[in-house]
Amino acid sequence: MTTRDGWETVVGLEVHTELKTTTKMFCGCANEFGSEPNTNICPVCLGLPGSLPVLNVRAVDLAMAIGFALHSTIAFSTFHRKNYFYPDMPKDFQISQYDLPINSGGYLDLPDGSRVSIERAHLEEDTGKSTHLGGSGRIHGADRSLVDYNRSGVPLVEIVSGPDIRSSAQARAYASELRGILIATGASDGRMEEGSMRIDANVSVRKPGDPLGTRCEIKNLNSLRSLQRAIDYEALRQIELIEGGATVRQETRHWDEILGETSTMRTKEEAEDYRYFREPDLVDLVPDTAWQERIRLGLGAMPAERRATLLARLSSPTTAQLDALEVVVDLGFDDIVLAAIDAGAEPTLALARAANELAAGVEHIANLTTDAFSATLAMEQSGELSATQAKVVLLELLARGGDPRAIATERGFEQLSSDSLGATVAALITEHPDEWTRYRDGDEKLAQFFIGQVMKATKGQANGKAVIAELQSRR
Amino acid sequence: MRTALDIARDVRSGATTAESEMVTSLTAIRARNEELNVFLFVDEEGALDAARRVDERVTSGDDAGVLAGVPIALKDNLCTTGVPTTAGSKILKGWRPPYSATVVHRVLGAGAVPMGKTNMDEFAMGSSTETSAYGPTRNPLDVDRVPGGSSGGSASAVAGDMTPLSLGSDTGGSIRQPAALCGLVGVKPTYGLVSRYGLIAFASSLDQIGPFAKNVADAAALLEVIAGHDPMDSTSLPEPAPSLLLHVNDGVAGKRVGLVRELYDGADDEVVAEVERAASALRDAGATIVELSVPELHLGLSAYYLIAPAEASSNLARYDGVRYGLRVDAEDVAAMNEATRTAGFGAEVKRRIMLGTYALSAGYYDAYYGQALKVRTQLIDAFRRAYLEADLLLGATAPSVAFAIGEKTADPMAMYLSDVFTIPTNLAGDAAISVPFGTGQLGLPIGVQLLGPGRSEAQLFAAARVLELADGRS
Repeated sequence: MTTRDGWETVVGLEVHTELKTTTKMFCGCANEFGSEPNTNICPVCLGLPGSLPVLNVRAVDLAMAIGFALHSTIAFSTFHRKNYFYPDMPKDFQISQYDLPINSGGYLDLPDGSRVSIERAHLEEDTGKSTHLGGSGRIHGADRSLVDYNRSGVPLVEIVSGPDIRSSAQARAYASELRGILIATGASDGRMEEGSMRIDANVSVRKPGDPLGTRCEIKNLNSLRSLQRAIDYEALRQIELIEGGATVRQETRHWDEILGETSTMRTKEEAEDYRYFREPDLVDLVPDTAWQERIRLGLGAMPAERRATLLARLSSPTTAQLDALEVVVDLGFDDIVLAAIDAGAEPTLALARAANELAAGVEHIANLTTDAFSATLAMEQSGELSATQAKVVLLELLARGGDPRAIATERGFEQLSSDSLGATVAALITEHPDEWTRYRDGDEKLAQFFIGQVMKATKGQANGKAVIAELQSRR
Repeated sequence: MRTALDIARDVRSGATTAESEMVTSLTAIRARNEELNVFLFVDEEGALDAARRVDERVTSGDDAGVLAGVPIALKDNLCTTGVPTTAGSKILKGWRPPYSATVVHRVLGAGAVPMGKTNMDEFAMGSSTETSAYGPTRNPLDVDRVPGGSSGGSASAVAGDMTPLSLGSDTGGSIRQPAALCGLVGVKPTYGLVSRYGLIAFASSLDQIGPFAKNVADAAALLEVIAGHDPMDSTSLPEPAPSLLLHVNDGVAGKRVGLVRELYDGADDEVVAEVERAASALRDAGATIVELSVPELHLGLSAYYLIAPAEASSNLARYDGVRYGLRVDAEDVAAMNEATRTAGFGAEVKRRIMLGTYALSAGYYDAYYGQALKVRTQLIDAFRRAYLEADLLLGATAPSVAFAIGEKTADPMAMYLSDVFTIPTNLAGDAAISVPFGTGQLGLPIGVQLLGPGRSEAQLFAAARVLELADGRS
């Protein structure tokens, strides 16, 4: 896809993901989002004089897991210091990896069949977080700034793609697939809204077949939507510059979510010289074969494989089903859905209930057992529960756990589906003699009228199929 | 003055108390500190508290530690909880760390009583203690002369009989050179033997903490206390502290000692004479003297003055006025950083930050920092080959006896040359000891230097002890 006829957009992404470790990268402070500012801090992550870093081995485990999932080469690596001044970076250098990253090379296959190459995925530490108050609200021109160092020293992996992406949609698909992988490896919770996954996009444009154009880097894109919008805006900006006879200047740009625009942060001439050199306070990182194998063997299936497994259960999937499948794999519900299908649930129904009801209650998913989910679907399929009732039962299971049959009994759902349904139908026939006559004479449309009346009378707790059966038996 | 080990023995036996030893030390400090400018902060309260705890341990029959009740002075780049720690810089004036260095915990655990923080060249950058933001320290043996540096305060504390022991740090000779100029034993341990956690960094790949003492046995006892693995320092050697005191009297019989030309070439004649006399003394004690030349040692100084400033330029970036220490307000954060650093750092520190920043800059890295790293590798190789021919090496510690205050401050190169014999050991990560041996024409002490490969401390102490006896010291 091209942004404008005759032009090709070229994108490479740098994705920073916070690792889901218990403690920070170089000290024992909690790695926790949302704590009171400056409570998860110590001499090390505050960079106090005399403090020294000690590498958190769990961060290396997770970095290697990402490497395996991206088909990277995992090797001997070292840490470097990236030197620049910034108030939320307490040592005024960032410990990162430079010429010898832990993961080099690799690729990521996207659902549409395209492949994006991975250049590297390296370990580094996060900075603190600044809040600029008053004035411009940005670092320049604010009245004052507050810094929270809770995030300082949180482990990050930066995943750098090759310049292989050709559209904003593909960039979004890449980021989304990568996010799935990060969640599947257990490396990240993938919560972009909490900043645990942040994206920088390198964007350039060219005529197809031409050499790569001058790129601009757009910093800190915090949602898939921003990523896509920012690339679209930036590609168009560059095309208009070139078509207007100007040239693109290599620079770092800021994305303004509200204005929907990118603007200059700093030009290439203003770019920092980071003066990288080996971090003398850390030793070489040597992931030996045994360590690598332990991580490799501990990895579960990645989203692509899990989607394929689920897809194999659908005979001729509709778009809606494919969308549901995507959501189910994204949220990691594929195991519970597969188990339900194996227990006899219709794949379509299992997918729909997982993609809607379970997704809505994702934070309580631990309350729901595989058996309870399967049993609820079985009751819905057999007509014991209406669709509405089944949804209520699922919500109840998510909220409190327990046995679906017991919940149905407690709510009086089973009773309604036998004796009282007959009574309700009989009463409605008496109330609507004209409609009943027309229905009995063969006007099938009237079935819907009666179902509607029954639903109204039972507050939606009746089973549509059961109502039709009841009507048929009285014809 | 009694030795540290004598005091500890008497405190443990009840013949004296830690509190009375502490008072003795405090009296000596009060008597001469104003004149000598040794202590930047005297921690009377903390010392009394520590001494009383030692006395309680003795009274209750607990092990009071090998250094029970021994007053000790700490270089001001060692973090001490709640006690001002400035590294000799205005930029950290008034800063009280919320934590203590590992070595501080260890000396306290061994029963030593920290008396306070000693003056030093700013951020340990200097060889005379004259770059301190708090004025120079005077040499107690001749108050018009420097005590050497950068650990000049810690050397003067012991030489001036204020404390029997002190701790310094040695990045390019900052323990050994002042030890030589003050007539003390000073040790630069193998890199990684002593934890650097809580040592305010100058050049991380070179810095090591080590002891000052009046005699070899005291120095060995103190090093044994502070050495050994620390999980807070990734570069800490994995093993526990070695036995040092036990081997002090092992002698040098059968050892090969390399007399290395490059380690005394260019030194004053009176210094060279003592190095030669030391070689004879070691030969008399049963060692074989091998004359060696290690030309690569000449490269040490220039490699050091790229590597150390490069690391320092990064280590000192954090003094930006944002979180602690000095802040000079300005219209925005970048201007505040600049104003703070301009006002807070002295000339020598600024010189080295600029040198280091330059050496690491794009376009210059390969020619300077990168080249220095290659030289460092060559130097390590050269030492390795030398240690095939000799167990230990012998040379001078400093080119001259203590020089006059102000004599070299105008000429940085002359000052840098004070460390020409000590720097190679830091680049190699090896161990070395300076031991007093003879005096010059002015009656000022001369130090000779014994060098060994990594983890050779026990042998170095044994050889130093031979020289100590040969020089007529008990």
